[in-house]
Amino acid sequence: MSAPQTQNAPAHPASANAVPAPNTERKGLTKKEIAADHPTWCPGCGDFSVLALYFKMIEKRRLEHEKITTISGIGCSSRFPYFVQAHGAHYIHGRSLPFASGVALSRPDLHVFVFGGDGDLFSIGGNHFTHTARKNIKLTCVAMDNWVYGLTKKQTSPTSPLGFKSKTDVWGAVDYPINPMKQAIAAGATFVARTTHSNPNHVLQMMEAAMDHDGFSFIQCLSECVEFYEGAFDASNPRKGGIFNAVPTTHDVADEVAAYKLADAAFPGYFGVFYNVTKPTKNAKEAGVNAAAAGKFKGLKDWQILQKTFDRMK
Amino acid sequence: MSHSSASPGASGAEAKVSTINEAVIRIAGNSQDGIQAIGGFLARLAGRTEQEVMTFMTIPSTISGGPSIFQVRMGSGEVLSAGDEADVLLAFYQHSYEGHITSLRKGGIVVYDSDHVEPKAEWKETYNHVGVPISSLTIEAIGGTAKDKGKNLYALGLLARMFDLNLTKLEALITERFTGKDHSVVTNALAAFHAGNSYSVGQVIETFRFQEARHRSSQQVVMNGNEALAYGIIAAGVRFGAAYPITPWSDVMEILRRELPKYGGTFVQCEDEIAAISMANGASFAGRVAVTGSSGPGISLKMEALGWAVMAEMPLVVINVQRGGPSTGLPTQVEQSDLNLACFGSHGDAPRVVLAPSDVEDCFYTAIEAVNIARTYNVPVFVLSDQAIATRIEAFPVPDLEKVCQDITPDFTPVAEYKPYDLSTSNGVSHRVVAGTRILNGRYPVATGLEHDEMGHPTGSPKLHMQMTAKRRRKLQALADTLPVPKVYGPPEGNVLLVGWGSTRGPIQEAVDRARAAGDSVSALHLKHLNPLPPGLDNIFSGFNMVRVVEMNDEGLYGFGQLAGLLRARYCDPKITGINKTDGLTFKVREILERARADVTAGMRKL
Ligand SMILES: Cc1ncc(C[n+]2csc(CCOP(=O)(O)OP(=O)(O)O)c2C)c(N)n1
Ligand code: SF4
Ligand SMILES: [Mg+2]
Repeated sequence: MSAPQTQNAPAHPASANAVPAPNTERKGLTKKEIAADHPTWCPGCGDFSVLALYFKMIEKRRLEHEKITTISGIGCSSRFPYFVQAHGAHYIHGRSLPFASGVALSRPDLHVFVFGGDGDLFSIGGNHFTHTARKNIKLTCVAMDNWVYGLTKKQTSPTSPLGFKSKTDVWGAVDYPINPMKQAIAAGATFVARTTHSNPNHVLQMMEAAMDHDGFSFIQCLSECVEFYEGAFDASNPRKGGIFNAVPTTHDVADEVAAYKLADAAFPGYFGVFYNVTKPTKNAKEAGVNAAAAGKFKGLKDWQILQKTFDRMK
Repeated sequence: MSHSSASPGASGAEAKVSTINEAVIRIAGNSQDGIQAIGGFLARLAGRTEQEVMTFMTIPSTISGGPSIFQVRMGSGEVLSAGDEADVLLAFYQHSYEGHITSLRKGGIVVYDSDHVEPKAEWKETYNHVGVPISSLTIEAIGGTAKDKGKNLYALGLLARMFDLNLTKLEALITERFTGKDHSVVTNALAAFHAGNSYSVGQVIETFRFQEARHRSSQQVVMNGNEALAYGIIAAGVRFGAAYPITPWSDVMEILRRELPKYGGTFVQCEDEIAAISMANGASFAGRVAVTGSSGPGISLKMEALGWAVMAEMPLVVINVQRGGPSTGLPTQVEQSDLNLACFGSHGDAPRVVLAPSDVEDCFYTAIEAVNIARTYNVPVFVLSDQAIATRIEAFPVPDLEKVCQDITPDFTPVAEYKPYDLSTSNGVSHRVVAGTRILNGRYPVATGLEHDEMGHPTGSPKLHMQMTAKRRRKLQALADTLPVPKVYGPPEGNVLLVGWGSTRGPIQEAVDRARAAGDSVSALHLKHLNPLPPGLDNIFSGFNMVRVVEMNDEGLYGFGQLAGLLRARYCDPKITGINKTDGLTFKVREILERARADVTAGMRKL
């Protein structure tokens, strides 16, 4: 009882290189082994490419089934975990980040990925986003932003641009949209990147960088809803006559103000890593608290530690 | 206070010394006077001198102090409640004096701070008045620096004198309490205590001596219900929790936040209660049986996520330290009005387990039982405590920690295959394999809130929804089969059966004792398992003419409190009725007794 940890899962959260090292004995997974149910998304939905690149990253980085946890809330994009052959959780609307934090803080051996929609992460889950970011909990959060509520069939979302005609704003959206990139930077996220489903190589690059980041990593990934907001992102897609502006090579990713300015650019804006700094994660801080506490009770079994407390209550 | 003998006092010089077997002392002042500390010292002393003890306190809901009381009942025999009437009132201020004098029994003693209190002539006949200039004598004793500090210790000294308490043990308790602080703090505390103790109260009133207590074989610990819950959770092996602060739940989370790191665990303060239960759900998913908790409004916020735990079949413990509701309600007062919420809150058919501890000791063991039910049946378990148990201090035998403490580290041994929602078991309970475990056939599960098939994949199939709904229900039915039939307090047949749950056990049983002593046919039954209910209740009820459910909640639209409603729905028995109250205070023995007596008379007529 004194050592509640096993080799697989230390009870003391530790954050150092939490990305599991590839196991040399097991050969990497094939796409077939990673894919589970056939996605229920509409043909042409941007979410397909996000899923395909998640598979590609798992394949390329030789992650093992049991070390991946895929977590989501509710929405079209949040169907994600059903399509991945790994331990997954389909949680409730808006609350995927605290759920994922519970996994990350109790299981440093797992890599935790959260996928969600703009409504899920920034409307009903807005407050959780802020607090998960500020606590710098080690996990990767991908917002599959389609500027609309897909699953509930075309209502205004917190990222819908002014004037967007939805079923809840038939005359066009009147509420000012939020900017997820600014939100993430302001909340204290330590890795903030932007990508779009129409540029697969770029999505993969961002996902890998996010996974390698020791802290809360956030990606805004534009992902077109062909059913309810067709063409929303054409201006960012060179194949549709738009332009894909990479973050300028001169940009300093440690400069918060510069990152904020990049996030302020009018659509289609920039794509790439806006902000990337290292600061101690909550995982590491809690591990520090535990190490300090455990130091005082070396060699004692749990019941003996509790006995000491009870002895003072006599 | 029951006097068993009285020695004649020497006329004039020393008043008489009486031997008593119990005493109820109420201390009234402002919260910043350290009134709770006096109560704490008395409770611990009782624990160390093999006496029984129970306390009751009210804390003001305002932050910057305000009127506060602490009542302690100490006895050489069994103490079941904090006592209806006080034998001694210690009043620091005019408002304490005027507000609490009527809580004294007639002929009781009021000791008041004559620096602040002007006694009233009309009360002088009914109660014994003893004025002591507590404030000025305290200043004199400790050098006049801290005006309000030390008064409580002076008063403790006075009480020690009046009740012939064990000075060496009290001195040790005071010294332990202030160890680690500046040495002058201990010196001043002891100085104030000794000054109070050398005041010669015996000149003016009688003093008392407790009867020899029966010998206890085990040592006692002294704590309140919130502490007992927190340490019970630790003993059960829980190593992850999350919550948001709210009165009266906060103590539990403060203790867990402080203590869990010693055991390699983590407790997280979240942005709100929804995040808290979500984090706990996440940790449970990842293999740690996690705990969350709250009071009143915070419990309401957790309901959607609780439904997820039911659907996804997650082991989870949710502690609810009940307070008065609805809405923000009565933050620092007691009520048992969350039973329906605990049993039925959240949408859909969402079976979960509900347990209620009945005293401080029971909080410790109920926490462990809750954890074990959660992990055996993969189900969320509510622990319904309340403000009264949370704040009252009791002494109870030190648990055998080596035996009681458990290791619930998850097993990550790879498995050949795994179905999280396996339908093949007759009791509905599926074996659980947690995230991080390798599954050799390469087919991995999804924990989900959508209706699902055996692998956790979504389905709209009518057949599967029926099967899964039944599975979730059958787990609780299987649990019910294992529950013990509760024991009747008093004879198993008679006129009136008082049924209670949670913190009312003490006063109900004391009411039974008094009723029976007066020749009335009253027994009691106390329920700890509220959902599912234990077996055999119908059999017990059949032995009585009337079943009256004693609850601190409203009688409802149709005349029944929340447990009474559940029992009526379950047994369709019209003789089940309620004794309810909603004044935000614990039941007085007298209140129960009077209403039960009225029934006895009525019942007699029916016979
Ligand atoms: C508490 C709660 N409120 C509302 C809903 C209904 N609902 C489900 S998904 C959704 C919004 C989906 O939009 P988004 O998060 O942007 O995801 P998308 O479908 O666009 O990928 C809503 C309102 C719900 N499931 N739960
Ligand atoms: S409704 Fe939109 S977001 Fe949902 S699956 Fe279809 S295209 Fe994708
Ligand atoms: Mg959306």
